[in-house]
Amino acid sequence: MKVADNINPNIYEKGSAREISKTDLDEDLKDDFDQREIFDIIRNICDPEHPLTLEELRVVEENNIVIDNKNNTVHVYFTPTIPHCSMATLIGLSIRVQLLRALPSRFKVSVEVTEGTHVSEHAVNKQLADKERIAAALENNNLVQIINQCVKSV
Amino acid sequence: MAKLELLQSINAHKGIVWNVCWHPAGKIFASCGEDKVINLWSKESQGWAVKTMLVDGHQRTIREVAWSPCGNFLASASFDGTTAIWDKKSGQFECNATLEGHENEVKSVAWSPSGQLLSTCGRDKSVWVWEVAGDDEYVCEAVLNAHNQDVKKVTWHPSLEILASASYDNTVKIYKEDQLDSDWNCIATLDSHESTVWSLAFDKTGERLATCSADNTVKIWKEYKPNNELGVSVSDQESVWKCVCTLSGYHTRCIYDVAWCHQSGLIATASGDDIIRIFKETEDSDPNAPTFDLICKKYDAHSQDVNCVKWNPTLNNELLSCSDDGQIKVWKFVEE
Repeated sequence: MKVADNINPNIYEKGSAREISKTDLDEDLKDDFDQREIFDIIRNICDPEHPLTLEELRVVEENNIVIDNKNNTVHVYFTPTIPHCSMATLIGLSIRVQLLRALPSRFKVSVEVTEGTHVSEHAVNKQLADKERIAAALENNNLVQIINQCVKSV
Repeated sequence: MAKLELLQSINAHKGIVWNVCWHPAGKIFASCGEDKVINLWSKESQGWAVKTMLVDGHQRTIREVAWSPCGNFLASASFDGTTAIWDKKSGQFECNATLEGHENEVKSVAWSPSGQLLSTCGRDKSVWVWEVAGDDEYVCEAVLNAHNQDVKKVTWHPSLEILASASYDNTVKIYKEDQLDSDWNCIATLDSHESTVWSLAFDKTGERLATCSADNTVKIWKEYKPNNELGVSVSDQESVWKCVCTLSGYHTRCIYDVAWCHQSGLIATASGDDIIRIFKETEDSDPNAPTFDLICKKYDAHSQDVNCVKWNPTLNNELLSCSDDGQIKVWKFVEE
């Protein structure tokens, strides 16, 4: 078995659950997606190498999510635990897949490495932005199984 | 004002519709996508309807379909690594030849203007040229490894056996056969886009090429032949292709396809911002620095990314588009 790139990553505490406000339960009220809801969709994705969530590793953070409901865009920046993490593309793909599955199709989802946190940042970003490559990857059963393991809530 | 009138909206495929292609006579078109099905559409009294469904040809997504210039053959390129050739010699459409050789996803297929050559390209970074050797026989003539990343699209010059390819490596390459040794060579590299080049289209003369990219621009390239009047220097007696126009600031997301109408000269683009745009060359356009106006912008042409646009090959200003949203739309371009 391959040894993980980062054998001993820093582990952070999980945040508390999102507080339910009064308006959340009002079915008549149209409310937009917010940063926190996007975060909740992806925070429990598992790291491919550790039995830890992306939140616990601070790979994803609420503040690194930008959502624009008017223009239907969601931008997620993720931070690999180390700059030469070989799993960066797989982590990005898991985040993208999870959001594609969870969000309405009107949203344009971009997933990128937080600036300056990975040696192949540009290459990883370009690959994650290429929907044809993503579509082809998602027809690869082995890869889909790995991604499904990652996005299975823990 | 110019506008695109929606003639018909069709729920065409399950999942992404990647490509549509008009039959050369303009009365039938083919479509393909994520559902691994090829649909052939013809116009009935109620509008366009499925005439034939070709299933079981491919194991994975069908990325592109292309009619031969004679209209008797249909080629389909698939992520399963094969290209299938369909014809209806037996009375109904059947796959009578399969081109194998690419290591993985085939992303594009195109027939040469004579119909004697085919080209395919794919994820394995290669461009293949196939010769039609006889009944249901196709022989690989060349494997071109000029690109250093996956190759997204191949297209032929409208009248000559000159091939162009667009790639994830941000460049476009042009190839032709050397008459002396019959080797296919890359004779030009078009290097100016800052991200993946997704598609490309020649104008009717074949002396200009439009390319579109993930850098959100369309570029127009012009061929300068040896001894050209402008004095653009060429080497080895091969033409030089220069970028003479960049359409930037119009598209807000990746441009997946560009179609240059050989009748009207209009350029249509398909973009990830769900918009179809139509550009027209200005009256006083300088051939060496052409200018284009955006004359039509169809917002929300689809509810998701527009993947492909195709002008009807007969002069009737009909435009096809298809999208991630599973739909095909038939438009009429009207200039008032």
